Amino acid sequence: MIGYAIRRVFSALPIALIAVTVCFFILRAAPGGPFDGERALPEVILKNLMAHYNLDKPIWEQYVLYVWGLLHGDLGPSMVTNDFTVAEIIAIGMPFTLRLGFSAFIIATVVGVIGGMITAVYQNKWPDYLLIGMLVIGIIIPNFLMAALFQLVFGVYLKWLPAGGFVNGSIWHMVMPVTILVLPQAARISRLMRGSMIEVLGTNYVRTARSKGLGARLVLARHAIKPALIPVVSYLGPALAFLLTGSLVVEQIFGLPGMGKYFITGALNRDYGLVLGTTILFVCIILVLNLLVDVVYAWLDPRVRYR
Amino acid sequence: MKITPILKAAALASVFALSMAHAAQAVTLNTANGGEPGSLDPHKVAGDWENRIVGDYLEGLMAEDKQGNPVPGQAESYTVSDDGLVYTFKLRPGITWTDGVPVTAQDFEFAFKRLFDPKEANEYAYLQYPIKNSAKIAAGEITDFNELGVKALDDTTLEITLEASTPFFLQALTHYTAYPVPKHSIEKFGTDWTKVENIVANGPFKIVEWIPGSFIRSVRNDSYYDAANVKIDEVTYNVTEDLAASLNRYRAGEFDIMTDFPADQYELIKEQLPGQAHVVPFLGIYYYAMNQEKPEFQDVRVRQALTMAINRDVIGPDVLGTGELPAYGWVPLGTPNYEGEAYMPEWASLPYEEKVAKAAALMAEAGYTPENPLKIQLRYNTNDNHQRIAVAIGAMWKPIGVEIELFNAETAVHYDALRAGDFQIGRAGWLMDYPDASNMLDLLKTGVENNFGSFSNAEYDDLMVKASSELDLVKRAELMHQAEKIAMDAFAAIPIYWYVSKNVVSPKVTGFEDNAKDVHRHRWMTKSE
Repeated sequence: MIGYAIRRVFSALPIALIAVTVCFFILRAAPGGPFDGERALPEVILKNLMAHYNLDKPIWEQYVLYVWGLLHGDLGPSMVTNDFTVAEIIAIGMPFTLRLGFSAFIIATVVGVIGGMITAVYQNKWPDYLLIGMLVIGIIIPNFLMAALFQLVFGVYLKWLPAGGFVNGSIWHMVMPVTILVLPQAARISRLMRGSMIEVLGTNYVRTARSKGLGARLVLARHAIKPALIPVVSYLGPALAFLLTGSLVVEQIFGLPGMGKYFITGALNRDYGLVLGTTILFVCIILVLNLLVDVVYAWLDPRVRYR
Repeated sequence: MKITPILKAAALASVFALSMAHAAQAVTLNTANGGEPGSLDPHKVAGDWENRIVGDYLEGLMAEDKQGNPVPGQAESYTVSDDGLVYTFKLRPGITWTDGVPVTAQDFEFAFKRLFDPKEANEYAYLQYPIKNSAKIAAGEITDFNELGVKALDDTTLEITLEASTPFFLQALTHYTAYPVPKHSIEKFGTDWTKVENIVANGPFKIVEWIPGSFIRSVRNDSYYDAANVKIDEVTYNVTEDLAASLNRYRAGEFDIMTDFPADQYELIKEQLPGQAHVVPFLGIYYYAMNQEKPEFQDVRVRQALTMAINRDVIGPDVLGTGELPAYGWVPLGTPNYEGEAYMPEWASLPYEEKVAKAAALMAEAGYTPENPLKIQLRYNTNDNHQRIAVAIGAMWKPIGVEIELFNAETAVHYDALRAGDFQIGRAGWLMDYPDASNMLDLLKTGVENNFGSFSNAEYDDLMVKASSELDLVKRAELMHQAEKIAMDAFAAIPIYWYVSKNVVSPKVTGFEDNAKDVHRHRWMTKSE
């Protein structure tokens, strides 16, 4: 098991390198550069800027220089944000993104799993309909609209919560952003949980357990939850990755200092260093998450064995 | 024994009371400031959202008054030589950086040398090219920086020599490229001098906190020479990339000033927040460039027809919804030192139907009809408003025999294509760097990089050269008026509308005065609770 985990970590390194390489060359192939704006820069200044960021060198040399820096832990400068290096931007944004993403992840998982169980147990009864109705709303309303509605209702009209902004350590400022992130994920998770739970509740071993005279709760807790969680767990990896990378809209609407924004604006501004830096980071996170999911799989399903 | 809890309670209560009293006194101005600043270094920034922050913590020789006009800033007084070439500034006595080090003429000399240093690669250095030898130094043609026309004669006297007399030079000095930078701090920290823990200020505020993606916070600089008249204790510049969300936060009372708002919410703002929206003409133009390297646009009849067939009266009020003013000329209204009648072609006053009929006739002469239309790709950078305008204009052009294919790309790609001449008609805009007509008209000079449409007219170029060396402001304005007429009569580009600035200001704030530069320094404002 541990050997397997170590092998997986090492096999991730070439994957990360491939991701960096592909990303590096795709970015350079895209038209436009980091210094193409509404105004043309005088030629000399453009030349100086290009030289400053090594952009005047042949592309293979830029690549070697970048990878060399990377191996030494240097993510390089950001070409658009002058006052911070890529490493500094990540150091400032990452803790917040992790906090936001993981809070949303935990809440979405707990709410989703419990919601899925309730709807499965009360299949086709009113709690099922009620929750399904809420889930559908959670999935179909896009997050920017939901966020705007929340701001209006709870921030402008009721004045229960701040409509946005970041105050270090304030939980109130996190309530709305986290809720917006949780809603669609909780909905998806509970839908998965409901489906697999219904399936598990119809299996022979659950019927056997019931016919032994075990109480409904005991059957659920001891026999049904673990197998029903398998499809949910396979979804949790991508869900967390999405919560960490896809918080752009929520960050922009609420004015929060996270990483999701840099992922998008970096690409739009052709900020080569920033895009590569965030890509590497997220590649690493996703690789680790996939590894964790595989490990949890083995615990949930004894048939899965690693060689 | 019993006394301790009482003491504790009393201490606690007094601390509480003190903090309450403090909270009541501190006046915080919260602004929805737009984008994330790329830097706090005045030589590295380029956006108005950065200008609002940098212009609060640094101050140049000249500062801006409530109307955005130049008034003495760090300089107490100045003299200009008779030929208009040599400016001598006397700094205010006793001015210091926030770390107590005096602000000297050497700081200014150092700043200008740094601005033009080719190694620094400063994007906006060209704004100060009126200064003698600056362009050559920036181009690396002169390597001895002492040849730059900026000299500290002593600690408080600065002499600036220009290439040629420049009537807008005092205006140019209010620009952030002309701000001093702290020599002692840059020598000590290098590029890290703008880190919040190292940064020093000489302006009315000083920066104390920066949370990227969220906000920057400044507090009043008590060592500023006019600190006694600065009524705001603290300013937060909030990063607000989403305008609708920003409006919600304004309505929730979290912002006092919004520096932009979503155009489609203008009616709602007027209705629910009466008197708070400030929509005023602004020194900038929204236009379409026609690529005159392509044969179809070398035909002046086509250029004229396309220009005439646009119904400008509906673009501001209806397509955009914010009442932008129709543009027929090239130099924005209210540009200083540009007296005389604004350019207005004769056809501008025709009823729209007649304009279209005339345009259709011109197109027919050039060989295009609705049955045999001119096919044009119209490029714009991805943005809802640009798209709405492109769709509307495409519909206006259809009856005169033009078939439009819309093509949008993100900003970097778009301008790359415009510069490379890889377009037929392209959307562009220009916000003036300093309020002088030459800043607009230079865009149409032959061979200028921002002259996307490659308009070229020898007489025009000639007039602009003459104007640049004309000392008499009235004569200079006349020459430029002539040039503007030549370019517009030749349909050099398609002016569409004059930009407006769109601020929303809370009734609690006073001292916010509308002006064409859209510069509102926080030192002039007050806020009541």
